Amino acid sequence: MAAQVRVLRQRIRSAKGMKKITKAMELVATSRIAKAQARVTASLPYAQAITGVLTALASNARIDHPLLTPREQVRRAGVLLVTSDRGLAGGYSSNAIRTAESLIARLTADGKEPVLYVIGRKGLTFYRFRNREIAANWTGFSEQPTFADAREVGETLISAFTAGADDTDGDAGPDGVLGIDELHIVYTEFHSLMTQNPVTKIIGPMQVEDRPRSEGLLPAYEFEPEAESLLDALLPRYINTRIYAALLESAASESAARRRAMKSATDNAEDMIEKYTREMNSARQAGITQEISEIVGGANALAASGSEV
Amino acid sequence: MAQQLHVDLVAVEEKVWSGEAEMVVARTTEGELGVLPGHAPLLGQLAEPSQVRIKQAGGQQVAYDITGGFLSVGAESVTVLAESATPATPAR
Repeated sequence: MAAQVRVLRQRIRSAKGMKKITKAMELVATSRIAKAQARVTASLPYAQAITGVLTALASNARIDHPLLTPREQVRRAGVLLVTSDRGLAGGYSSNAIRTAESLIARLTADGKEPVLYVIGRKGLTFYRFRNREIAANWTGFSEQPTFADAREVGETLISAFTAGADDTDGDAGPDGVLGIDELHIVYTEFHSLMTQNPVTKIIGPMQVEDRPRSEGLLPAYEFEPEAESLLDALLPRYINTRIYAALLESAASESAARRRAMKSATDNAEDMIEKYTREMNSARQAGITQEISEIVGGANALAASGSEV
Repeated sequence: MAQQLHVDLVAVEEKVWSGEAEMVVARTTEGELGVLPGHAPLLGQLAEPSQVRIKQAGGQQVAYDITGGFLSVGAESVTVLAESATPATPAR
């Protein structure tokens, strides 16, 4: 009896310890969501400004740039997958991986060879464990990405995209580097604290939208240097900003997913503590009752035997 | 009173400076230029590295060191896009 009480007490103690940890992680994740959202907001002015500049440039100059032109034949398609570095975030990473897997299946069915670029340790372990080839990976910044991280990723992807221009079937072409002809990104969109959806977007070649303009003619811009070299300088930066935006949104989603997972873990720990406490109390009470009935039974037996106590 | 320019200086991670100014001086890859109100629309890539000086009314001036910058001049506004912008030691 006493042994059972001791076991239960031990269980309660460990459940309490776990609850403390999950509660702390929940609080940390909550504050990280707010921070990540603030950074998304802070990055908006630049994103709007660069879109405005590109629009002005596109309506004044002939758009003809390798980053904007779809390739006639797509042989290799790059897939950039954004996952988290650490676990305990519910289905966050596995949902992103699942979305990437269905994209890869679709690309393969179209006769394109997928090339994997992975951000985050979780995605990396998933593909390493399955012995799948990864073209490049980056880890260590999934929760707090900086623009420098996004630029590093962007530069790798853009140079792969440029290297893919002269590839022929199964051959790397004159530059000797197998590049990619298309670039997809899989990241997790942040809708609200409760919903985050993994999405796939194509970021290379970029699609140019022709939008009818209502406010009349755009002013005729002067360009310094020429429009073509400006476009050359601007487009890679634009792709970097898109990647940065995706990283920021993924970071917000990761924290939100972790907060939710940790909240339910905390709730479960509370339930468990309550259940074990009840069991322990009834076991203790049962022990006491038994002891009393043993004493009473013993005294009665002695009285009945008429012993000379 | 002279017309004022609305200046926005935005870096990738945040908006750095925003306000009214009399003149913006920057150096593009083609050369140094000063933008006054009423300047013709212009898109320029800034030299690497470069300094952007914003002259406010009353002779005050703010200066930023900029990398990876672009300059966009509209009818009454100037937008400076930068990969990174750090306040320069003011040269008065």
